Amino acid sequence: MDDNHHPELPARLARDLDGSFEALVVAYQRLVFGLALRVVGNRADAEEIAQDTFERAYWALAGYPAERVAAMALRPWLATIARNLARNRLRRRPPPARPLEDGHGQPLAVAAPAAAEPAQVAERRSDRELLVELLAGLPRGQREAVVLRHVEGLAYAEVAEVLGRPVGTVKTHAHRGVRQLRVELEARKERTPR
Amino acid sequence: MNIDDTERGWRELAEDLRGLRADPPSTLRPAVLERVGLADALMTVHGPAGPLLVAYNGRGISATAPGEDADRFAEQFQARFRRPLRPADRPPARLVGQVERLLDPGRRATPPPFDLRGTSEFERAVLAKAQEIPRSQVRPYAWVAGELRQPAAVRAVGAALGRNPVPVLIPCHRVVGSDGRLTGYAWGVGYKRALLAAEGADPDELERLGRRGTRFFGSDTTRIYCYPTCAQARRVTDRHLMTFTSAAQAAAAGYRPCRVCRPPALAG
Repeated sequence: MDDNHHPELPARLARDLDGSFEALVVAYQRLVFGLALRVVGNRADAEEIAQDTFERAYWALAGYPAERVAAMALRPWLATIARNLARNRLRRRPPPARPLEDGHGQPLAVAAPAAAEPAQVAERRSDRELLVELLAGLPRGQREAVVLRHVEGLAYAEVAEVLGRPVGTVKTHAHRGVRQLRVELEARKERTPR
Repeated sequence: MNIDDTERGWRELAEDLRGLRADPPSTLRPAVLERVGLADALMTVHGPAGPLLVAYNGRGISATAPGEDADRFAEQFQARFRRPLRPADRPPARLVGQVERLLDPGRRATPPPFDLRGTSEFERAVLAKAQEIPRSQVRPYAWVAGELRQPAAVRAVGAALGRNPVPVLIPCHRVVGSDGRLTGYAWGVGYKRALLAAEGADPDELERLGRRGTRFFGSDTTRIYCYPTCAQARRVTDRHLMTFTSAAQAAAAGYRPCRVCRPPALAG
């Protein structure tokens, strides 16, 4: 299960990288891909970023001394690589969908277009789409904190490590982000009663 | 909004947010393993002597096999390299181009990258030497050994070439006996003959020359001696062509070794 921690994985990787690397991919592909998807907004780019993330991770692990690998916190480390690669991608190629501003003049990733989502998740499509859209509309700091904490389920300490900010700051961002989402969801519901 | 609503609203939102977790595409894992070289993909190309199966990963081309039986190749590959091999959905255009240019008689191409994990340093040095032999030419095992400054290692050169994981693409078939005989080949001497013939080396003629004792050609105008298939030797007209049975004989006649094909300087 990829939601759990994998306390034995760093030691296994330190002992036998080639023999355990697939286990690392299996354990964290959902996190890495999901994170990339929430930043770049489309599955094709997200898959490429996820591939790049794991490729970088492999060569980094191959170059580190075994003691260092054995002591690594893999989840925030991989999330950091994925986030940085995804952000580099955005800088190079802004998303084609309507650009939003995050208050710092930076274009924000926009929700994945409906066509890019697998058909199986079509139920409750509109709710999900709405949430993705609202999430994409949050200021970047809040959005990243909400995605890492509440979508991907990282601990606040890990979120802080990935975003390179103090724990208190990312908590504040996550709370503000969630509050903003709720306000907007309420507002939509009032406008379109069901 | 009262407290209960707030609680319920938050629980719903938390659940919806968790529901945004996306499932990674099933192609992600195999693609990653291929890119780092822990799994390989398979493509088929037109080889000089028939279809050629080519295994590759992110580090380079890792194996070749004759024919089109992908299942059998995958089995042999797994047994030798302990990695899975699966057919490629879409071979990378860049790699396909590099292989096609390498096999195209009309071009001088830089070879594609090779993944030679599992070979020794000596084996890699031998394979690098084989790559120096131009198409439609051959060199003896002893030449490879001499070039590596291990003239006594002729048998070890043969063994190293026999373990070439990427025959045809690294042209170990261009290394033959000093007497022109084709000797061994991992895919059978018949395949070696077909490859050399397809490249224009005329293996039958090379064997005839060898049987007559001819080891080198010389030009009585330049007074240089070469291996018979050297491009320099082919330029010599019949009227000026000399044959030698040894480097010593050529040296005694006042000839010096060609700087292109580098035959042995004295004993031979």
